[in-house]
Amino acid sequence: MARMKFLCDADRCIECNACVTACKNEHEVPWGINRRRVVTLNDGKPGERSISMACMHCTDAPCAAVCPVNCFYTTADSVVLHSKDLCIGCGYCFYACPFGAPQYPKVGNFGSRGKMDKCTFCAGGPEADGSKEEFEKYGANRLAEGKLPLCAEMCSTKSLLAGDSDVIAQIYKERVSRRGYGSGAWGWQTAYRESIAT
Amino acid sequence: MLIKRTERQTRRSNLAATVGNHADGGLDRRSFLRRSGLVATGLATIGALPLATVRKAEAAGPNMAGATIRKSICTHCSVGCTVIAEVSNGVWVGQEPAWDSPINRGSHCAKGAAVRELVGGERRLKYPMKLTNGQWQRVSWDVAINEIGDKLMAIREKSGSDSVYWLGSAKMTDEGAYLFRKLGAFWGTNNTDHQARICHSTTVTGVANTWGYGAMTNSYTDIRNSKTQMIMGGNPAEAHPVSLQHLLEGAEMNKANVIVVDPRLTRTAAHATEYVRIRPGTDIPVLYGIMWHIIKNGWEDKEFIRQRVYGYEDARKEMEKWSPEEVERVSGVPGAQLARVAKMFATEKPSTLIWCMGQTQHTVGTANVRASCMLLLLTGNVGGPGMGANIFRGHDNVQGATDVGLDIVTLPFYYGLAEPAWKHWSRAWEVDYNYLLGRFDDKKIMETTGIPLTRWFDAVILAKDQVAQKDNVKAMFVQGHASNSITRIPDSLNGLKALELLVVADPHPTTWASLSVQAGRKENMYLLPIASQFECKGSRVASNRAMQWGEQIVKPIFESKDDLEVMYLIAKKCGFADPMFKNIKVDNNLPVAEDILREMNRGSWSTGYCGQSPERIKSHMAHQADFDMLTQRATKGPNKGDYYGLPWPCWGSPEVRHPGTPLLYNTNLAAMDGGGVFRARFGIEREEKRPDGTTVKVSLLADGNASKDSEIKDGYPEFTVGVLKKLGWDKDLTEAELAVITKVNPAAPDTVSWSTDLSGGVQRVALKHGCIPYGNGKARMNAFGLPDPIPVHREPIYTPRLDLVEKYPTLPDAKQFRLPNIGFSVQKAAVERGIAKQFPLILSSGRLVEYEGGGEETRSNKWLAELQQDMFIEINPADAAERGIKDGGWVWVLGTENSSKAKVKALVTERVGKGVAWMPFHFGGWFGGEDLRGNYPAGADPVVLGESANTITSYGYDPATGMQEPKVTLCQIRAA
Repeated sequence: MARMKFLCDADRCIECNACVTACKNEHEVPWGINRRRVVTLNDGKPGERSISMACMHCTDAPCAAVCPVNCFYTTADSVVLHSKDLCIGCGYCFYACPFGAPQYPKVGNFGSRGKMDKCTFCAGGPEADGSKEEFEKYGANRLAEGKLPLCAEMCSTKSLLAGDSDVIAQIYKERVSRRGYGSGAWGWQTAYRESIAT
Repeated sequence: MLIKRTERQTRRSNLAATVGNHADGGLDRRSFLRRSGLVATGLATIGALPLATVRKAEAAGPNMAGATIRKSICTHCSVGCTVIAEVSNGVWVGQEPAWDSPINRGSHCAKGAAVRELVGGERRLKYPMKLTNGQWQRVSWDVAINEIGDKLMAIREKSGSDSVYWLGSAKMTDEGAYLFRKLGAFWGTNNTDHQARICHSTTVTGVANTWGYGAMTNSYTDIRNSKTQMIMGGNPAEAHPVSLQHLLEGAEMNKANVIVVDPRLTRTAAHATEYVRIRPGTDIPVLYGIMWHIIKNGWEDKEFIRQRVYGYEDARKEMEKWSPEEVERVSGVPGAQLARVAKMFATEKPSTLIWCMGQTQHTVGTANVRASCMLLLLTGNVGGPGMGANIFRGHDNVQGATDVGLDIVTLPFYYGLAEPAWKHWSRAWEVDYNYLLGRFDDKKIMETTGIPLTRWFDAVILAKDQVAQKDNVKAMFVQGHASNSITRIPDSLNGLKALELLVVADPHPTTWASLSVQAGRKENMYLLPIASQFECKGSRVASNRAMQWGEQIVKPIFESKDDLEVMYLIAKKCGFADPMFKNIKVDNNLPVAEDILREMNRGSWSTGYCGQSPERIKSHMAHQADFDMLTQRATKGPNKGDYYGLPWPCWGSPEVRHPGTPLLYNTNLAAMDGGGVFRARFGIEREEKRPDGTTVKVSLLADGNASKDSEIKDGYPEFTVGVLKKLGWDKDLTEAELAVITKVNPAAPDTVSWSTDLSGGVQRVALKHGCIPYGNGKARMNAFGLPDPIPVHREPIYTPRLDLVEKYPTLPDAKQFRLPNIGFSVQKAAVERGIAKQFPLILSSGRLVEYEGGGEETRSNKWLAELQQDMFIEINPADAAERGIKDGGWVWVLGTENSSKAKVKALVTERVGKGVAWMPFHFGGWFGGEDLRGNYPAGADPVVLGESANTITSYGYDPATGMQEPKVTLCQIRAA
């Protein structure tokens, strides 16, 4: 099976936010929940760089390690998903996640967070592929249709890559060797304990 | 541990499937949205409507498996990204990447990836509304059209046809924009304008006056061939994000120089190899400063200049004035940096110069773009791959709407307004010239340019004797144009109040609604709901002159109507529908878009829209995968040999099968292969005065240079039947062609030209001999006829550099476009009153990626609105510290005119230099610190509101086009 990963080429990202709205569009994500966002460093200064961030679908995901109800699971494609039926909204995963991926709808009184929501790599959830229950809880399941996450597919500058680890690493390597510079596969060391040698 | 496998293929699993599974179980759209956790405030309003009035948005029926795929074009900028829509039972349920598009290759920006929300419609104007005693009341279409028509006719009767202003839109299709101009012509006025006025009117005028056509010479994808990209006065990373795919990949492949010249360190500048910060409004000194280094080092392209450029010696005198010291004194750019830039641009070729509204939106906009063209000509960077003036137009169809003449200075396709132009169009429209003449107050006003949209309120509120037409403007019919994208909003409020009739036909109520109520307007205002272009079909022209056909994705939602239908209803009500739609089929009040395009084909010889038949354009859309991205040429399939979208000029009739012109003025290709030469538009020779007082005639035709395979190897004039006769080529004209030519001008058939010959014969014969129909002339460095034939620096009306005003004043006051332009007096008064002491900061404005234009549409889109929720002003940390302003805190921005003020949040950033502040121009719905949400019809208010930048912007108009000045004014900022 493929090992699915995200890779954001920070030398290409222009903070256009296509990835953010593509995600909203594909999954009908409500206001206030941001499965993906673009972070800009050195905003307005020389050396400004932007990176599109979402759940990185880590190897040995820390969210799964801290979850008291064991709602996380990893698919055969190494996509980290969770069950909203099991989730109790405790927020531990939010503290454990190095990328700030988990989101909470903040519904109800007394500080209750509601069920955690996050990027699914467009792979849905535990319910049957393509079922209405899956869509209502987790959004579309593009992987089951043989498609990749829409955020990367619609990226304006082909900065955000999503797909099989070997393939996207190869694309990035070739790009860096052709242009002669690259700021590395951002987040890979943290998420996957590896980096791309260029 | 739960484990799930995702190997098996399932069918489409998003909204379609969900709605589908529920279709017979009764899940309607509202309960679906509730379940998925969406806030459905807008929908409450829909729910209250009688069911019959709302087109059912619910997908019904058991079979949802195969969603239909429909293709259209993104409605948000001029890149022309293909949008792939999945439609199920009349509902747009998903968007997919358009991999086959040779323009966007699947990509979108935030706006493009969110366009589906536009037809979700929660914040759309849902039905016609009428302002009654200051309250919005729902009316029927019939009532609205009848009342509007009666009022229009009454105003016409009393004040003449020019007292109604028809403000159209770059959001319309080509067919819509063309029909709107035609509506103006049949109504009897040249007061017909659209967003190009405030976007690239100065480009069109300046660039066309240089080498023939005022459009992007190359294309977004061709920038991949550049070795040096210079972006001056543009921020495509936010304004045209998908273009960055081509810019960045091109730069990576070629290891190209990317030079960004801008007052702000923009998101584009973040990817530059060289960033040049200039003082706003000093583009001309900087461009001359670059040229100074080029001529000093002998880097100019002497052979190119000799063969293809007129007026170089005159221009050189101006270039020599701009020594590095003077350039630095005026613009702040160090000489050494410009020497570096000059060397890159002149020696690491091909080089392209990219610009957008940073150059155009100035009182010197036309001169700015002229200076840019001069730099390209000086270095021989026009007419080949990787070169050229890559002018990034704004709206998705602003190029098309300009070409089809939705403009105050011309009839469709740049024919002008003189009698021959009217006669040409009366022949193309098959109406009697005298009928059209009779629609106007008189022949003189019929041939006089109209009032620019930038001055609409001046035309309403100035004394009657100041407005050079029968009466003031009394009615505005606005179809698809924001009011908050026009400068001097406080002045415009007086106009909004004084108008006798205001009609706003738009998918959203817009700031015309909220500001009118604020101005105290109580009656005689109508809002008509218009469908978005995704609910209509038709063609649109991207910045690279390529035409694409958009399909109707879903039917107009709520009570919205297609633009074309509204125009037909108005024409019918006002009694001129029969002659106007003589050759256009009308189906149930909806004119057929294809027929309109065919009518355009028949009359558009001057610009080469003549070969772009609906059949050819639709075939390109259907076979996008056959086109190569880099060359834009089809390598296989039914369109083999064509360039994608048949970029104009696409010569001859469709049967000639000209492939389109991907690069203008490219002599390396043959005419029938998309080649070209500079247009012989300004005569064949010019009398010049010598220093000794004698005169000499100088040729304006190319010298020893022509396009590949041309049978004439030298310059030649534009083709007429007479020219064909001289060459002995008239024998190639067919009997049928000659018959049409004789009908065009029975008295003097020899004068019938490439642009007036309705048979297309003259063009066909010229092409047959490898010649370009418009002649082979020189590009002009000296554009005689313009206010400044050779650009000179002029300080902005409101400048902080009082020391420079005396040497570089703005042009004297003059009457332009039926109105006085008192820029000189305003500048003089500002200097004398010491305005710059009270208002020491330069204020500029620009774009954000999430929003577009006046922004009411994009701020109504919840997916976009969430990303930019507050209007703000960028201020340098040093200026903020002096004023005790904290990042994120509220501030008052104070303007120079009308005691204007705006309450916005401060964004303290080094992005702007000290002494410069910057605001995005997409916000509206606040005025002077007051939230106007209550002024919108209920449920149709945008999600995000904020102060408009143009509340603070001030007086200043380009003398050649009436362009406003939103890029440089002065302000003061105080912590609130």
